[in-house]
Amino acid sequence: MRDNSALGNGGHGGAALLEFQKVNTYYGDLHVLKDVDYVIGKGEIVCLLGGNASGKSTTMKTIMGVVRPQRGEVMYDGEPIGKMSTNDRVRRGIAPVLEARRLFPRMTVYENLELGAYTQPRGAQFDQDLERVYGLFPRVKERRDQIAGTLSGGEQQMVAIGRALMARPRLICMDEPSMGLSPLFVEQVFDIIQTINKQGVTIFMVEQNASMALSIAHRAYVLQTGQVVLSGTAAEMQANEMIKQAYLGEMKVEGAAP
Amino acid sequence: MTAYDLALQQLINGFSLGSMYALLALGFTLVYGILELINFSHFNVFMVGSFVAFYVLEGFGVVGQNTIMTGLPLVGVLLAALAVTMLVTGGIGVGIERLLLRPLRAVKGPAAMILTIGVSYVLFNIVILGAGADSKNFPNPLPPIVFTFENAVLRMREILIWVISLLLMGGLTYFVGYTKLGKAMRATAQDPEAARMMGIDVDRVIMMAFFLGSALAGAGGMIFGLYYNYTSFIIGFSAGLRAFTAAVLGGIGNVPGAMLGGLLIGLIEAYSGAFIATAWTDVIIFSLLVLVLVFRPNGLLGRMAPNKS
Ligand SMILES: Nc1ncnc2c1ncn2[C@@H]1O[C@H](COP(=O)(O)OP(=O)(O)OP(=O)(O)O)[C@@H](O)[C@H]1O
Ligand SMILES: [Mg+2]
Repeated sequence: MRDNSALGNGGHGGAALLEFQKVNTYYGDLHVLKDVDYVIGKGEIVCLLGGNASGKSTTMKTIMGVVRPQRGEVMYDGEPIGKMSTNDRVRRGIAPVLEARRLFPRMTVYENLELGAYTQPRGAQFDQDLERVYGLFPRVKERRDQIAGTLSGGEQQMVAIGRALMARPRLICMDEPSMGLSPLFVEQVFDIIQTINKQGVTIFMVEQNASMALSIAHRAYVLQTGQVVLSGTAAEMQANEMIKQAYLGEMKVEGAAP
Repeated sequence: MTAYDLALQQLINGFSLGSMYALLALGFTLVYGILELINFSHFNVFMVGSFVAFYVLEGFGVVGQNTIMTGLPLVGVLLAALAVTMLVTGGIGVGIERLLLRPLRAVKGPAAMILTIGVSYVLFNIVILGAGADSKNFPNPLPPIVFTFENAVLRMREILIWVISLLLMGGLTYFVGYTKLGKAMRATAQDPEAARMMGIDVDRVIMMAFFLGSALAGAGGMIFGLYYNYTSFIIGFSAGLRAFTAAVLGGIGNVPGAMLGGLLIGLIEAYSGAFIATAWTDVIIFSLLVLVLVFRPNGLLGRMAPNKS
């Protein structure tokens, strides 16, 4: 069984690591995030659910500073970071696992890991981080000299997670880590995410595979056309009728014979 | 001179010309690889480089081909000319990027490319106004030592051209392949958005690409002067076009491709000029380009452009 006993008492566990305060993000005229509030506590796994085009990836891009909110503030570790450059955010411990993995396809696995550590100094710490990644993913170690574009989808996902870990993150933002992976492998990826979380890394994760995600998450938010329409602990979400219907694939069949 | 001697001689000449085209092609490829921009100002950054080298060498008192130097002074003067030329053209490249192209970066369509054509003409006219429209006798302080193989001659200048090109291309290969900034440059060329989210300062990487490309073009301009004994405001267009062809031939965006393409174009120019007629050189070069692109649309070593996000 997975351990998803929520930290503390159903809310986020203690101090917030990341906070969205009435964030509004636009692409040109297109208003994507509308007055969005999130609170991600230190040490939590928080899952972001939502249909296509609801603004999940935009949320991740807003955290990384690739897209900037027009109104509202993003707080990280108690400080506003809305105007901070992406590289400063990475340096402060925010690392992404991007949608569709987005490895550097013509570079080796090892070079991809090195680039994950771009903001970190070389030396003992780098070697230690590399060993940690190789420990979590022995397969990545075997493939370290392979060109990343030639890896299988599952292997690429391992490298993508490993690359995020090389940044020594306190917060990892994952955009659909289970996308395109076989069920068995999805299970493995979620186990690893939980392991990483137990090592002290906070996880904010976009997922379509809601049942899996809720099985390891502490809390979740549901985004619908750019607005948070529901939030609560993973257990509350798993019990919620709307979630069951929309994301957990439990169709209520009216008047069906038992 | 027998056909064999001539072939040998043109091999020597072709390698020199090819090194020059390769240095120039690298600038097209470095910038295109990251921004997918064909930078036409590069043509005349090369030409300006040739003039900078001209003035630095004259500044050291070298006039025409009759001021012979040897030993340490020779090495010092050549190194200084090369370094100043590369710094000046590198700086021009950075200026063009920083002041003119960066504000246009978010603008889609051909605006940026058109701008580079405009910049090219501005550089062209600045040189005409500043240095005059007459061609200049390019200073060359090398001693007239000549090695002969059969009847083919290898002069000091060829050796110098090869050494400069080899060092610069080796240095660039090392930089791109093995240094942190070089890897950041490759990552940016493959996926700019992902690179940014690794914490790479993409603006700095783009500036670096312009600096390196323009500095190499400057070195190419100095080589032009050393090879032909003259320079003129007009030299950017045909050399630039051939070098751009070289970059496409090798696979635009591809660093080894630009070097290979440059060498091929240089050799074709040398051989077609000697064995057919100079008038046919461009016909042959562009026919080859068409042929290669028909059978290998991405060039000999493959085109490399950023992934679209
Ligand atoms: N760079 C962009 N420029 C313009 N519009 C964009 C851009 N990126 C996203 N959008 C639009 O913003 C909206 C939200 O996109 P986003 O990628 O955040 O959705 P998502 O929730 O991640 O969807 P999915 O589940 O399909 O990945 C969409 O309508 C999308 O078309
Ligand atoms: Mg998405």
